Amino acid sequence: MRQNTPQGMSVIVKTVTRLTVRLIFLFGVYVILHGHLTPGGGFAGGVMLALAAVHVMLAYGRDTAMKELSFSGAQIFEGIGALAFLVIGLSGLAAGVFFKNYLAPGTPFEFLSGGTIIISNMAIGLKVMGGLFAIFVAMTFFQGGGTDDKK
Amino acid sequence: MRHGIITLFLALPLAAAFLLAAVGGAKRRFAEIVGVSSPLALLALAVYVFFVRGSEPLVYSFSGWPAPLGVVWVLDGLSMLMLLAANFVAAAVAVYSVGYMKSYTAPAKYYALFNLMVGAMNALALSGDIFNIYVFLEIASVAAYALAAFGLGRDELEASFKYVILGSTASAFILMGVAIIYSATGSLNLADIAAVLAARTADSSGGAIRLAALLMTSGFALKAGLVPFHAWLPDVHSSAPSPVSAMLSGMLIKVAGLYAMARIFFFIAPVARIMPNILVFLGVLSMIVGVLLALGQWDFKRLLAYHSVSQVGYIALGLGLGTPLGIAAGLYHLINHAVFKSLMFLNAGAVEYSAGTRDLKSAGGLAARMPVTGATSLTASLAIAGVPPLNGFWSKFMIIIAAFQAGRYFAGAAAAIVSVLTLASFLKVQKYVFWGKTKENLSSVKEVPLSMTLPMAALAVACVLLGIFYPVVRDTLIQPAAMVLVRALEYSAGAIK
Repeated sequence: MRQNTPQGMSVIVKTVTRLTVRLIFLFGVYVILHGHLTPGGGFAGGVMLALAAVHVMLAYGRDTAMKELSFSGAQIFEGIGALAFLVIGLSGLAAGVFFKNYLAPGTPFEFLSGGTIIISNMAIGLKVMGGLFAIFVAMTFFQGGGTDDKK
Repeated sequence: MRHGIITLFLALPLAAAFLLAAVGGAKRRFAEIVGVSSPLALLALAVYVFFVRGSEPLVYSFSGWPAPLGVVWVLDGLSMLMLLAANFVAAAVAVYSVGYMKSYTAPAKYYALFNLMVGAMNALALSGDIFNIYVFLEIASVAAYALAAFGLGRDELEASFKYVILGSTASAFILMGVAIIYSATGSLNLADIAAVLAARTADSSGGAIRLAALLMTSGFALKAGLVPFHAWLPDVHSSAPSPVSAMLSGMLIKVAGLYAMARIFFFIAPVARIMPNILVFLGVLSMIVGVLLALGQWDFKRLLAYHSVSQVGYIALGLGLGTPLGIAAGLYHLINHAVFKSLMFLNAGAVEYSAGTRDLKSAGGLAARMPVTGATSLTASLAIAGVPPLNGFWSKFMIIIAAFQAGRYFAGAAAAIVSVLTLASFLKVQKYVFWGKTKENLSSVKEVPLSMTLPMAALAVACVLLGIFYPVVRDTLIQPAAMVLVRALEYSAGAIK
């Protein structure tokens, strides 16, 4: 297998990535937003969002990719996603019970149905995206055979 | 009291943890304020809930879905006991961390993981169904793996890796046990499982439950550090940063191991009758092996870690006896050990912080230079050895009496002898570290800062008060908790209505 150099992979991979990465991202958003209607949801969609970023990093190499994406950004997304999920639970507490689904349930199988589920999915998607991407970036720090190349 | 307030036991530390995780590069002062105020607020909340809760167990259904379908939290005497103990130790350790963790980088990450672990332990104590017990067990364990490796030194990483591998294996065993119980009874709610099993004739699902019970025993015994599942414990508890050791040895092995084991087994034990015998056997084995291994140690924290193995054996023995006195004694020892063992790890941390050594032989005469550390350490040593009127005396005394009453003479005798060996081992610590003439190279050692002495003093006072006010503690805290386990089946009728 080809070593993933700092410059990234071949021009074919880069071109295909440029074409597909937005579609992958869009599909992730779709899976998150339709989590209450179709298979998938916050976690599955969040993984796809993270994969879009990982995809860019694999094709273009870490140095190029990290100009566009940032590690601390991933951490912030992760924290905000988790906090948002907690806020949904606490707002349910304000409405009576922890994680109470206080929004109107709507008609089943319509897009706007399921009450707070759709917001919860968004929060989870944000957290999973940030978390998985941060894990991936953190693992690339430790590729030099045990030496510390954080500096 | 509005019942929703008990969800704050999870929501508050999670909010602190996520906030600190989001601002990973925050200033040390900010991380300390957020990270320490959350455990302190939790302690206040636990005390408040203790005074305002009713006499009946409180059942809280998440999102309003009733049990057994919905997720429920149950606040009964046993949960209350664990909440008070866990949050008291956590608050003391959090304040101590302000001073001790100065020499480590990434304070925001430390306090985020710490709060995550505290929140998961609280939620574990409140969970009313076995799957949530598993989930929070995993959250607490994962936070503990990361905290154990926080110094990123060679020993820490090795110990943490060992902990991850063995801990994950234990978790897998527990999850398998949960799955088997679910398939055999069709329910995850503890009270519902107990009701389903009680309604069945004796042997219709006995085999499956026995298998699940054995899988879970292996898993929880490993989390608790009982012999022969203890191999990870001395490494992890001695190489982790001292506040983390205090938290792991003081609370985590009990909440994640013994509490969860007791909570589950007393509901399925009527079917799996072998469980009490296994607990007694593992308990006695841990007591003896732990203390014998501890006697030969010269590393301060490693010695303490082996004593944790030994003392956890006492608790398992008490719980395994199954008599009301035995259970009460086991739970009382659980609380006492949480207080004095976390205090001792904080003492060891203070010695390491000031004198820069964990080796008993290279320290000496530190009581003169570090009066608070010396005095609190002496209190804890006497308490763990079971010298009256300190708290350890009462719980060990009760365990020995309960063992003889239950006809387990060997276990009772072993508990008495191990107690003497414990005293010997801690006299060695006192003699080599604190008593005698101060060594020349240690003559410039100073007492640790106030943020570290204050928690140690608070824990030492707790050791004394828990001993002197033993009758009050027994009646208000221990008996209600023990009754939950003694009357496991009656409780179940209340928690699913």
